[in-house]
Amino acid sequence: MTEIIQKVKNLSIGFKSKKGEEILILRNITTNIKKGETVGIVGESGSGKSTLALAMMGYVKHGLYTIGGECEFNSSNLLKMKNRDLEKIRGRKIAMIPQNAGQALTPNLKIGYQIDEALQLHSDLKEEEREQKISELLNKVRLPSPETIALRYPHELSGGQQQRVAVAMALAGTPDLLLLDEPTTGLDVTTQAHVLELLNFIAKDTGTSMVYVSHDLGAIAQVSDRIIVMYSGEIVLEGPSRDILKKPIHPYTYGLLKSIPKLSLAGLPQSMPGSQPQPGTMHRGCSFFDRCNFSEEKCKNNSPQLEYLEELKTSVRCFNYKSLMNDSQVNQTVNKIKTSLQDKEILNLSEVSISYAKQKLLDQVLNRISDDNPTVKDININIKKGETIALVGESGSGKSTILKSIAGLLRTKGGIIKFDQDRNLSSDLKERDPNDLRIIQLIFQNPDESLNPNHTVEEIIAQPLKLYFGLKGEELKKNIIDLLQKVRLGEFYMSRYPRQLSGGEKQRVAVARAFAAKPDIILCDEVTSALDVSVQAAVLNLLQQLKEDFGTTYIFVSHDLAVVRAISDRVAVLYQGRLCEVGPSKDVYQFPSHPYTEVLLGAVLEPDPDIKPKLVAEDIVEEKPPQKGCSFQGRCSRILGDICKNEVPPWQITNSGNSIRCHIPLKELQKDQIN
Amino acid sequence: MKLDNIYQEEKKSNFAKVAEIIITMASRPSGFIGLSILIFHVVLAFISPYIAPYDFKAINPTLMLQAPSAEYWFGTDDLGRDVFTRTILGGRTALTITFFGSLIALLWGGLLGIFCGLVGGKTDDIVMRIVDAFLSIPWILAMLLIVSLLGTSTEVLIPALGFFYGKGIVRVARAATHDVIAKDFIVSARARGHSNFSIIWNEIIPNVRDAILVEGAMRWSWMLLGFSSLSFLGFGVSPPTPDWGLMISNARGLMSFAYWSVIAPIVGLSSLIIGINLTADAFAKALGIDRSTKAPV
Repeated sequence: MTEIIQKVKNLSIGFKSKKGEEILILRNITTNIKKGETVGIVGESGSGKSTLALAMMGYVKHGLYTIGGECEFNSSNLLKMKNRDLEKIRGRKIAMIPQNAGQALTPNLKIGYQIDEALQLHSDLKEEEREQKISELLNKVRLPSPETIALRYPHELSGGQQQRVAVAMALAGTPDLLLLDEPTTGLDVTTQAHVLELLNFIAKDTGTSMVYVSHDLGAIAQVSDRIIVMYSGEIVLEGPSRDILKKPIHPYTYGLLKSIPKLSLAGLPQSMPGSQPQPGTMHRGCSFFDRCNFSEEKCKNNSPQLEYLEELKTSVRCFNYKSLMNDSQVNQTVNKIKTSLQDKEILNLSEVSISYAKQKLLDQVLNRISDDNPTVKDININIKKGETIALVGESGSGKSTILKSIAGLLRTKGGIIKFDQDRNLSSDLKERDPNDLRIIQLIFQNPDESLNPNHTVEEIIAQPLKLYFGLKGEELKKNIIDLLQKVRLGEFYMSRYPRQLSGGEKQRVAVARAFAAKPDIILCDEVTSALDVSVQAAVLNLLQQLKEDFGTTYIFVSHDLAVVRAISDRVAVLYQGRLCEVGPSKDVYQFPSHPYTEVLLGAVLEPDPDIKPKLVAEDIVEEKPPQKGCSFQGRCSRILGDICKNEVPPWQITNSGNSIRCHIPLKELQKDQIN
Repeated sequence: MKLDNIYQEEKKSNFAKVAEIIITMASRPSGFIGLSILIFHVVLAFISPYIAPYDFKAINPTLMLQAPSAEYWFGTDDLGRDVFTRTILGGRTALTITFFGSLIALLWGGLLGIFCGLVGGKTDDIVMRIVDAFLSIPWILAMLLIVSLLGTSTEVLIPALGFFYGKGIVRVARAATHDVIAKDFIVSARARGHSNFSIIWNEIIPNVRDAILVEGAMRWSWMLLGFSSLSFLGFGVSPPTPDWGLMISNARGLMSFAYWSVIAPIVGLSSLIIGINLTADAFAKALGIDRSTKAPV
């Protein structure tokens, strides 16, 4: 039997509310971490997963306290240890890799110095040895030319490189246990796949145990041997990773896996009803009761215990797991999206370019624009009424910039945006008349920021109604209730403030506000990426339903290719503000593809241990689009030579109507990509 | 029992909100002391004309510089006037003038700051440079100039003090606005086509109001000190109106043998300033602006 390095026994952590009631964040957690294994802790926000990971290094967040239980490491309870003793363990025996490495690194110290500091604290190496160790560590995390990286400041590195430095620092003390708190969440898709691959390599190479905390089952699937699923402060399912992902025997995990959109399936996944209870909600019965499809009368009043099943090596907290055991696989059923596509063109972008560069004084006087290499260039898209078109790309690809220009928040530098074939929208806000503003509405990524915290739901939804239609009194109220019902929220939500709503509810209010203006086009900027997985599918389904009811056109911006696959009719792939590929979504997801689309598709993380990401290109970050030639030349693995560097590639059209902008003939692209 | 009611507070009336804030303020010792002192002074300012035992301007040469006694609680001054009477009346003018002065400061400083934060660009640049220029002028010199030109009437003092103490509020309001301005709900309101006025009124003010109110409360205590300095220099209230600054100025030469005539107004002035400061601190904490001792969650 392998050695157990961390034992968590009956751990409960909580806080006291203003009224003096004890509110539990973690409830009776018991688990073991064995030497050399990677354990994934997965759960939605508020499920207590980070609190558990922090407790594993003897840290309890300010305001929380240990109510009972212990975290045993090397047969001593970390939670009872004095700070001085903990210092000897943290960094040396247990190391932590934070979510946002950019914020975890000191901005005014060089990378080499910061790693040296970690080495001084956590190892007994002498000065000369340390210098060598630094480049050794940087090499290990596969940073190019360690000597130059060591001399840089954190802001001179990309997000992926910063995360690698954080990994190198954590490895400085050669820890036995590595805790990773959402280490890839803020990164781009391709970078994320590279960092996960690196973590996998390090786990094998050093034999370190890892605890990987994430909300993303896709990421967890790639790294972990064992998975712990948390819900509302409890472990609901724990077992070998393959079994959990292939044959989940807890209704929550089962529903979760069903609600994640997959690349291989077009159409919207089924959503789970409701949302996770707020931390500290007390249940007499099972905490998952009101969202469960398999619940019985007894689940309401009796809470199930974690039961260990010898034959599956799995622990499950459910009375009815047997009914799920027979259901051998997660059979994902999707609601096929109805296309309400009409032939009428509603929005036309031709030769649109947008620049963030400030005009020089001389240029201002002469009223000319000097920037010949704008952030966004040559965007030609026709959008038909009732269509859902998705703009896809990594951060910096210009997708949000294009949305801002359509909404009038950013002036275009060149080109024409036309609405309904005759109305010119190339101007910015001040020059548009109110009706031009009404027809285009925005839904933002983060509902926490897009709803005024000091307004009630009623006030929020009333704003567009008052502004555009001048509604008052009873009529206004009637309209608000009507809109709330459309987004499946009850009338009683009217008096609530955003802080009293869950993430999904907030996003529904934002959707209601957008539809209040009766718009023709809705711009959705990453609308699901701030939401929990189980809520995401519900919001996507709602958007689709509303679209079918109102015949609205969506322009959908996302970095998540699986979400885009689920909801869109057409996809436009952008790199550095230039279009790479445009086509019907089923064709974009098939080969032949533009080499960049190939990279993106390869990097998608699916919650399936058998589908590994394919890493086609390096995860370099380019800051500026190239002056001439193909926008993707810097990272392309199929680069032909001078032609790609000097000439803008032509549009090639495939048999299915997919346009690809590449110098490589389609036949050759297809041949290579399928092998 | 269900605990989720802690997340589901109902919409409260404005009165209930204010009451809750005051209760939160008073629940901390420093807040309680500050509030008590402030309320004491305000109440005193209202009732002092009715409870004053003597006439504040009655000069009596036979009673010059009497030590505190049962008859004259705080003694008498160099003109034989009762110090107790003059002390309880001495805060009235200062409180009134500085209260309205702070309101003016709050209004123009807050609105200008919010406006600059919202529009940005060249307008913001120009306005802020002008504000900077005014900040670099020592206020007391400028005040002396104004007062000597226009006199020391209340109608001059209130707007003049309000103007000079509002400059600092411009900066605070502008910074608070910058915190909110980048949020998507402002972008959303802009994209819908709301006017600048509507954005300021509906979206920004509810979110920066607290920060500006706290700053205004701090300015109040500074203004009080400033006003008393003016009186001390003889440019504030004109005699024989009782005023702490003036009283301190008159009695300071007698400190070595008639300490009572100077200590009483000093205690009055400093306790009021401490009271306002403590209240402003507690106010900031109750609103959650100063998070240093706020409980998590």
